Amino acid sequence: MTKKTIIPIGPYHPLQEEPEFFKLHVEGEKVVGLDIELGYNHRGIEKLAELKTFEQTVFLVERICGICSTSHPLACVQAVEDAGEVEVPERAQYIRTVIGELERLHSHMLWLGLAGHFLGFNTVWMWAWRYREPILELFELITGNRNHYAMMKPGGVRRDIKVEDIPTIRKTLADLKGPICLFRDAVTDDPLIHARLQGVGTLTKQQALDYCAVGPTARASGVAKDVRKDHPHLAYGRVDFKIITGKNGDVFDKAVVRILETLESIKIIEQCLEVLKTMPGPVDSNPKEIKAGEGIGTYEAPRGEVIHYIRSDGGNRPVRHKVRAPSFMNVPTNQTTVIGHSVADATIILAAVDPCYCCTERMAAVDAGTGRRIWSSAELIRLSQEKTAKLKKEMGVEGPRLKI
Amino acid sequence: MTRDELIARVKERLGDKIVQWTDKSARRIYVEVKPEDVPETSRFLFRELEARLSIATGLDTPVAIEVLYHWAFDQCGLILTVRTKLNRDKPVIESIARICKGAEWIEREMWELLGITFQNHPDMRHLLLTDDWPEGSYPLRRDYVKENKGAND
Repeated sequence: MTKKTIIPIGPYHPLQEEPEFFKLHVEGEKVVGLDIELGYNHRGIEKLAELKTFEQTVFLVERICGICSTSHPLACVQAVEDAGEVEVPERAQYIRTVIGELERLHSHMLWLGLAGHFLGFNTVWMWAWRYREPILELFELITGNRNHYAMMKPGGVRRDIKVEDIPTIRKTLADLKGPICLFRDAVTDDPLIHARLQGVGTLTKQQALDYCAVGPTARASGVAKDVRKDHPHLAYGRVDFKIITGKNGDVFDKAVVRILETLESIKIIEQCLEVLKTMPGPVDSNPKEIKAGEGIGTYEAPRGEVIHYIRSDGGNRPVRHKVRAPSFMNVPTNQTTVIGHSVADATIILAAVDPCYCCTERMAAVDAGTGRRIWSSAELIRLSQEKTAKLKKEMGVEGPRLKI
Repeated sequence: MTRDELIARVKERLGDKIVQWTDKSARRIYVEVKPEDVPETSRFLFRELEARLSIATGLDTPVAIEVLYHWAFDQCGLILTVRTKLNRDKPVIESIARICKGAEWIEREMWELLGITFQNHPDMRHLLLTDDWPEGSYPLRRDYVKENKGAND
């Protein structure tokens, strides 16, 4: 009988951005169990929220997460509005949608970069973050901040989107489509990514339903659930977009779902901007008090549904504020997805030892005599694609491109 | 399934188990049941009506400790909250983690933060707090007194 060993990953590990503790139970190379320990980041936000007014609470929940820093405020203000039956002006609904979708864009790009980095595919890392940068600049233009935008408040938003800024936003988004399509093709076409991600960490549809998984994690397994479609709110009932789903629920499908979702986000923002160009009206209904009652607010954060529950006793502070982030439902699914895989695959987010393409992003070959760039970025992309084709031939995986 | 069909099915099945039914708005419904009826209600909502457990909220009030199970019906855009009230002195309820796997973590959280005992939970231990957290000290209770008072004040 093989001896059972425990491999600890965390709570502090050079490759983890946040403290969490995974205990991998292994027999030889095979993972037979996983125990997840949390709490290293527990800050007592729910308790703190009871000491803040409804306006202050939004700033508090904005700081739960630095990446989806508008999803929590969005769910929170909607919970307050649900409890206090507060009206929100139409224009504010559209602005909230734009901010929410811009956040999804930058968050998915961030994840894509990190995923590439953990796989040892540093080209994707560099490029994804390079193309994420203009989105942060858009945030600065619209809200004044690259992150923690402080846009949401009960009853509306704090700042309007200026009509004169709309062409800049549209231009930036239009420029982003090319690079996203490039990523889409690079991921779906790359035999090494296929080898590394397909059939790895599979979450079946039934498992996704059992664990009540949400967001791209559930959608990659074929569970077509999305708060934006299922519980139409903000401007989502009035714009056209698709829910992206996968079939296999493996790491590959999760990646593809996220990449394709960014294109849908751009579509949504463009439609909202079209309306915002001409729609008049205030962006805040200035509620003076929140009457006694209870309310639930949900929003589809980049990682899945975030839900806030608020109870008010008619005072200016919530008597209870419950927060549930999507990862609370998604992280436990790791307990089933890693079982039976090898250690290298189980720690795919931590492992960075797989063979990869040489990174072309940082290279600039310059002719010393004339100072002219020898390779333009288009040529570098061409070189990279030629190499993919060569690799595919060598690996004998010439075949139809995988589509979801 | 439309909203009306759903409401009709829930009302028919739960019958006189319903202590109170509140139509808060078009997309929010609150149903109160007795603690002993929670497992059957959960099984019905999760297994038969294919609801998704969005999350559960525990909260301490002067008269009772409430547990709210927020069930999302994504096909008709509705969140149905099952409310139950537990005795403040001895809050005990049957775990639903064996019915719905998604409830496992939140029950652990409600136990350590509010001191609710979930009977027959498959894996009851601390989730967020440290393993050596003092027994019987529940941070989200109204009467919780911060240990080491003065350290941050």
